[in-house]
Amino acid sequence: MKETVISTSALTKRFGDFVAVNEISFDVYKGEVFGFLGANGAGKTTAMRMLCGLSIPSSGNASIAGFDVYRQTEDIKKHIGYMSQKFSLYEDLTVLENIRFFGGIYGLSNQQLRLKAEELIEQLGLQKETKKLVGSLPLGWKQKLSFSVAVIHQPKIVFLDEPTGGVDPVTRRQFWDLIYQAADNGVTVFVTTHYMDEAEYCGRVSIMVDGKIEALDTPGNLKKQFGSDSMDDVFYKLARGAKRGE
Amino acid sequence: MRTIRFLLQKEFRQIFRNKTILAMIIVMPTIQLIIMPLAADYEVKNINLAVIDNDRSPYSQQLISKITSSGYFKLRGFDASFNEAFKLIESDKADLILEIPAHFERNLIRENEQKLFIAVNAINGTKANLGGAYLATIIRNFNGELRTQLIIPPKFNPIPQIEIVSSNWYNTHLNYHIFMVPGILAILVTMIGGFLAALNIVKEKEAGTIEQINVSPIKKHHFILGKLIPFWVLGNVVFTIGLLVSYIIYGIAPVGNLFVLYGFIGAFLLAVLGFGLLISTYTETQQQAMFIMFFFMMIFILMGGLFTPIESMPLWAQWIAHLNPLSYLIQVMRMIILKGSGFRDILPHLGIVMLFALVLNTWALFNYKKTSA
Repeated sequence: MKETVISTSALTKRFGDFVAVNEISFDVYKGEVFGFLGANGAGKTTAMRMLCGLSIPSSGNASIAGFDVYRQTEDIKKHIGYMSQKFSLYEDLTVLENIRFFGGIYGLSNQQLRLKAEELIEQLGLQKETKKLVGSLPLGWKQKLSFSVAVIHQPKIVFLDEPTGGVDPVTRRQFWDLIYQAADNGVTVFVTTHYMDEAEYCGRVSIMVDGKIEALDTPGNLKKQFGSDSMDDVFYKLARGAKRGE
Repeated sequence: MRTIRFLLQKEFRQIFRNKTILAMIIVMPTIQLIIMPLAADYEVKNINLAVIDNDRSPYSQQLISKITSSGYFKLRGFDASFNEAFKLIESDKADLILEIPAHFERNLIRENEQKLFIAVNAINGTKANLGGAYLATIIRNFNGELRTQLIIPPKFNPIPQIEIVSSNWYNTHLNYHIFMVPGILAILVTMIGGFLAALNIVKEKEAGTIEQINVSPIKKHHFILGKLIPFWVLGNVVFTIGLLVSYIIYGIAPVGNLFVLYGFIGAFLLAVLGFGLLISTYTETQQQAMFIMFFFMMIFILMGGLFTPIESMPLWAQWIAHLNPLSYLIQVMRMIILKGSGFRDILPHLGIVMLFALVLNTWALFNYKKTSA
C-alpha cells in the first residue's frame, strides 16, 4: 500500500460569493511528482495555499503529512517546503546568507548548515556567486536557488507554484533535474505549471477548471481518455470550457 | 533563541546594506537638531511697525526711539494719517500701527493722562499678540520713567508700586534652545523609530518574502522580536547621537541621571516601535503605512506639548494628549535633562509608557497572522 502524504476531501475556499476552490478531493502519495494543472484563475494557488497552512479552508477536509489543515497549520509548516509564484528570497542578502538564514529558521544545526550550504552551492554551480546579492542573479538561477532553499530542511512535501514561469528551456530542464533528485530522495513534489511538456514529466496530473478538479490520472491515461496525442490537447479540451478568464 | 539570532543577523545585514536609511539615521538627528532649535524660536522679533505721530513733540520722539531701540520692532512707515498706515497693514508690510494723538506731550504733563491707539494685524495671531504686549510694556515703562522724572516723589508714595522680580529656574536665561532641544530630540526618536518599524514588515509583504516566513514553522513572537530588537538598537543610537549633538552645539548636558534617561527611552522606544509594527500588520503597501504613520505623527507632534503647552488645550484635546506617547517623552526629557528629576519623579510616566508598549506590541503580535482566514 502506498503511503498517502496529502489527502483532501471536498476541500473548498470561498471569498464572499466567489468559490475559488470548489470541493476538490484527491490523494497524493509519498515520493510522487504530482502535477497540479489549470488555467489562470482556476484556483490552483488558492488550493495550494490551503495545503501549505497559509490559508484556512472554508469547508471540507485535508491532511498534509498527517496534520490537519485547520488545527495543525504550524505542524504542517515544519514538514513542507514552499516556493511561491513570486520570487521570495531576500534580494538584499547574498546567496550564502539566504541559504543560512532559511536553513537557520528551520532549525538546522551549524554543522548541517555548513554541509547543506556547500552541497547546495555545488549542486547549483554557484561557487562563484556565493557572495553576490541574490537580486543580481538571473531569473533562472534565482528559481533554482529558491527551490533548493525550499527543500533545505528535507521536508516530506515540497509545493512549487509555477516554479519555471519565465525561465528559458535549458534552465527549465535543469530545474526538473533538481525536482527528480528531490523525488528520488523521498520528497513528494506538488507542482503547478503552464508548460504541458512539464506535465509529461509528472507521475500523475490533475487538471483544475473553474475551481473543480475535472481530470486526474497519469499523463498517458489522460491522453487515452481524451483521445489526444499530447497533454496540450488534453488541457485545451478541458480548459476551453472555463468561464473564468484571466 | 537560535531562531532570533538568525533573524537579527538577517535584519542587521539588511539595515547595514541600505545606505540611504543608514545615512538618514545619522544625518537626520544631527542636521535637524542643529537647524530647528535655532529657527523654531518662540521669541517674536522683527515686528513691523507703522507709526503715526500727530504730536511731533520731544516726548513722542522719545517714545518712538525707545520702541525702535528695543530690538523687537522694525519701523516700516512714518505716516501722516491712519488711512495711509492702514494701507501698510493691508499690503502685509506692517503688523502694528501705533497712533500718537496730537497734544500727546501736553496732555501727558498737564492732565496726567493720555490715550494711545494700537491697531494690530491679527492674521498672524502669535506675532500680533506678542507684538501688542511688547509694545504695551514699552509704553508702560516709558510712562513710569516720565513720572519719576516729572514728579518729585512725595514722602509717602500715594500709589504703592509693586515691583516683580522673577527668577527663572532650570533655564535661567529663558534660553529657547534649552527648552526646544530636548523636545525636538524626542520627536526625532519617535519619527525614526515609528517610521522604520511601520515600513519594515510591509516591505516584506510587498517583496513577497513574508510568504516564505509564514510558510516556515517560525514562531510569531520570534519574528516580531526579530523586528523589534534591531530598531530598538537603532533608536538608541539615534538618541545618543542627538544627545551628543545637543551637548556639542548647545552645551546641554542632562542634569539628571543618564541611566534613568536611557531606561525611559528604552521603554518609550518599545511603545513607539510597537505602534509602528501594529500599523504594518494592518497595511499591505508601504504607501499605506506611510500615510497612516504621517496622520498619527502630525497629531503626536502638534499635540505633544512641544509647540503649545498641553495645559492650555481644551479639555477634550488634553485627553487626546494623554493618549499620545510622545507627550510623556517630551515631559520626561525636560524633567531629566533640564531639571534633574530622578527615577521616582518619572515613575508615573514610565508606568504609562510601559503600558503603551505592552498593549501595542501584544496587539501587533495578535494581529500578525501567519495563516489567513
